[in-house]
Amino acid sequence: MSDKHLSTQFDNELSGISTRVLEMGGLVESQVAQAVYALSTFSGDVATQVLKAEERVNAMEVEIDRDLSSIIARRQPTARDLRLLIAVSKTIANLERIGDEAARIARTVQRLLNSGVSSRMRLPVGDLTFECELATKQLRKVLDAFARLDTEAAIDVLRHDDQIDQEFDGLMRKLITYMMEDPRTISSAIDLVFVAKAIERVGDHAKNLAEQIIYIVKGTDVRHSPVDTVENLVR
Amino acid sequence: MDTRVDTPITEKAKISVRDLNFFYGGFHALKKINMDLPEHKVTAFIGPSGCGKSTLLRVFNRMFELYPEQRAEGQILLDGENILDRKLDVSLIRAKVGMVFQKPTPFPMSIYDNVAFGVKLFETLPRVEMDERVEWALKKAALWNEVKDKLDQSGAGLSGGQQQRLCIARGIAIKPEVLLLDEPTSALDPISTGKIEELVHELKTDYTVLIVTHNMQQAARCSDYTAYMYLGDLIEFGPTPEVFTKPKRKDTEDYITGRFG
Repeated sequence: MSDKHLSTQFDNELSGISTRVLEMGGLVESQVAQAVYALSTFSGDVATQVLKAEERVNAMEVEIDRDLSSIIARRQPTARDLRLLIAVSKTIANLERIGDEAARIARTVQRLLNSGVSSRMRLPVGDLTFECELATKQLRKVLDAFARLDTEAAIDVLRHDDQIDQEFDGLMRKLITYMMEDPRTISSAIDLVFVAKAIERVGDHAKNLAEQIIYIVKGTDVRHSPVDTVENLVR
Repeated sequence: MDTRVDTPITEKAKISVRDLNFFYGGFHALKKINMDLPEHKVTAFIGPSGCGKSTLLRVFNRMFELYPEQRAEGQILLDGENILDRKLDVSLIRAKVGMVFQKPTPFPMSIYDNVAFGVKLFETLPRVEMDERVEWALKKAALWNEVKDKLDQSGAGLSGGQQQRLCIARGIAIKPEVLLLDEPTSALDPISTGKIEELVHELKTDYTVLIVTHNMQQAARCSDYTAYMYLGDLIEFGPTPEVFTKPKRKDTEDYITGRFG
């Protein structure tokens, strides 16, 4: 969106809101990474930091939403401006949910620590780290795509969501094996199941963000469409 | 520019514009316009000043013929009949195609006579029927309740918004088939504007309404179809929700998003 409005103030408002979406995105991205780091190192401090960041994320969602209402009321945006603002509204809701998932992981870490679980129990946290890397990579890519309004990159994100799903399935099998081999791990393994699910949800949210980017640029709502269909629509 | 824009409109056309060119003397003001205007719908014409939208509207009832140096070429088919055909009586066309202007133009006569004036040109009605017609038109124009006790007072004594609704009542009293509105609310306050827009919405059940407006939000609010014009070309014409959320042409997008400079 290089070309400018007659009203430079409107341009500033739109670019300001996009910048803050990216800021919020960066915040939740590091939240997810920290949450999984807290898990892999069994660090209660890092978990607490993640929970603290959640307050900031929630506040940002409310602030950006308030600004969205204000812009819509005062500017009556149309076409791609309207699509951008609608997409931003959905994007920040998704980002906030990602923050929730990170907080969920952080609380799980605290619970595991309180129940005396430690690294000595040799739970497969390393595998979770890998799933998390995939998810944060998706998140980073989709935020980049949002910044550049790059539909190709957005489609790439849609394509790679399967990878996280597969990783999640693999983790499930592995955790079930742990539980069968050593029933004492059942309680904490179930916690890890929820963590794995939380990370998988982060991937889903990244996918939702990618769909919003396509909506902004192309004006086509591609939610609930298979990737191949989306690709044909966009290209 | 190719003005054969894609018009994916499947509804029955009330007016079909075919290869319409319009000239103010040597100035080519409308360039090969082709479009089908659907019946019982509101079509809004938007575009920057000088784009030809008011010119186009004035061709629909041959208003331009008042000026000898203006001429139209091509066809405008109203229910299949070319209204640009010189053999057609212009007053019969105007009985079918009513018009309301930007500034309220009440005649210097009573409210009643303002509405009855046009009817008398085309029909000789007994007093009782004329009374009914005037009441009907004023009710349709959402003005009846405000003027029913002062029908013999001058139309000029009404507020701007009321005057404009009086003009609409006068326009519809002759029971036209098409109603042309040339920036009908640009001189009105928001409440009067709201009333006229509400009226436009109700009028379309009986009439085909064409509205020229500078106010894009007005086009977005009260039209079913929107045509965007620029420098005498029809750039885009489609369903209003589509034009305002996902226009097909970048020119349209730039204009409606305010990037037009």
